[in-house]
Amino acid sequence: MIEVEGLRKEFVVRRGRFRRERHVVTAVNGISFRVDRGELLGYLGPNGAGKSTTIKMLTGILVPTGGHISVAGLEPSRKRIELAHRIGAMFGQRIQLWWDLPLRDSFELLRHIYRVPADRHRTNLARFREVLELDAFLDTPVRQLSLGQRIRGELTAAMLHAPELLFLDEPTIGLDVVAKQRVRDFLVEINREDGVTVMLTTHDLGDIERLCNRLLVIDHGSLIWDGGIPELKERYGGERTLVIDLEEPAPPLVVEGAVVDRVDGPRQWLRFKGSASEITSRVAEAARLVDLQVQEPDIEEIVRRIYMR
Amino acid sequence: MVDTVFVWRRLVGAQIRSQLQYRLSFALDAFGSFWISFIDFLVVLVIFRNVSRLNEWNVHEVAFLYALSSITFAVTDMLIGQLDQFPQKIRDGNFDILLVRPRGTLFQVIASDFALRRVARVVQGSIVLVYALSTLTIHWTVLRVLVLVVSVPSAIVIFSSIWVVGACIAFWTTDGGEFTNAFTYGGTAMAQYPFDIYATWLRRLLGFVIPLAFVCYFPALYVLGKTDPLGLPRFLEFCSPAVAAVSALVAGLTWRSAVRHYRSAGG
Repeated sequence: MIEVEGLRKEFVVRRGRFRRERHVVTAVNGISFRVDRGELLGYLGPNGAGKSTTIKMLTGILVPTGGHISVAGLEPSRKRIELAHRIGAMFGQRIQLWWDLPLRDSFELLRHIYRVPADRHRTNLARFREVLELDAFLDTPVRQLSLGQRIRGELTAAMLHAPELLFLDEPTIGLDVVAKQRVRDFLVEINREDGVTVMLTTHDLGDIERLCNRLLVIDHGSLIWDGGIPELKERYGGERTLVIDLEEPAPPLVVEGAVVDRVDGPRQWLRFKGSASEITSRVAEAARLVDLQVQEPDIEEIVRRIYMR
Repeated sequence: MVDTVFVWRRLVGAQIRSQLQYRLSFALDAFGSFWISFIDFLVVLVIFRNVSRLNEWNVHEVAFLYALSSITFAVTDMLIGQLDQFPQKIRDGNFDILLVRPRGTLFQVIASDFALRRVARVVQGSIVLVYALSTLTIHWTVLRVLVLVVSVPSAIVIFSSIWVVGACIAFWTTDGGEFTNAFTYGGTAMAQYPFDIYATWLRRLLGFVIPLAFVCYFPALYVLGKTDPLGLPRFLEFCSPAVAAVSALVAGLTWRSAVRHYRSAGG
């Protein structure tokens, strides 16, 4: 569905007030990956890592400096209009709905822009009205919608022409827990039921963990991870933490195969690799335990470790 | 093409509906627009209180020139005038949205910016035109009518092309609105007066490089049956449609190459 080979994007920036010096900033530095039909792919990276720039090149907004892209068999910057019929895009921080018009009218205008036949439009819209519960505000001007309602409107707008591929740039930014869940449910549904390939960038690791079966991580313009989430955890998050409560405060324990990270009164945190039962029995030999707990690393922690490298 | 016009009508129709939602605001805008352009014409009348002729032109002839320029500019302004706010779209990255839709970007920009209130200026220009035509004695021939009728769409195309090329500057500078205004608003102000009153260098630059002389001056010479005080070849009086076609082509190509320079905005 998507093939990217050695993709680069450089921006020329001029700095200085009087003597304008030319600097070349490399936003995306030769990345390669492929995405198959039906995948739900997360694209992660710190601010300024090149996430949005990649998405913009995939959707035909920006022209790459080098490398090769094929999306749905088309080269985005050359076949922009043809591609636009086959992809949907939603940018969490941009508004594509008409600000002063009711939601319903925005959808009607998009129908004409995308040349969707009226009956197909009605069927598609009916479905999104149900899944995203749009009926309560379908006749409200967009400027009066809450952020959560507007994002539901934006998602509908991106999907109304039934694209095979959906790009989302931070779709859940600023949403409350309930609204986030609704967006996630929607993405899972269109991915499973309609086989829509979804690629999303996000800062919300909850999105990634609940939605994606594959993860790309980009940093400083280069891909530093391409694979599943369990593998990522194994690779970067192999260490778990054993939290123990002792009978009374004690100096950090010395146990083979574990390192004490933190001490707080009678409670100690031990970082370890390998089998939890082995470490536990060793700890039990060294001190009298009241309680213990094993903590799995969460993805947030893993990503922090990757970024910190 | 038919489909494009149809979609344009839908998009513009939606905007007119939303603009009419705020009736009072619309009425005030339209009223203001009417008066500003009316005062503009008063300046012409004030000049002719002090002089009886501008070179070879009397007040009625200048009024005719003024009306032609004013009407065609106002129509352009109504159709695509919001293009001078286009740099904002470039700066905040909202141009992105247009690029992921299956339509030409220029078409979408134009169709998203229809300002109905500017119809007031068309009305004002038309009033001046009626006044000019009623005071002038023109020997109407079929060809004269034809030149006049064709000059209107030609002028609109020329004005639009200038505007589009000006807007393209924003792709490189992400601003430059004021620079562009010098040629759009400034251009129409120049085209309202006969070109032979301007200095030679200004005439060359604004008359031919930026082809403002073809907006009204040359067609008006023919319709009014005047000989060109500058003594330029007479065939130029018929060139407006051709100049319009070339302008549109240049504008289209400039836009295309500008879009490829689009850098979007972060976030």
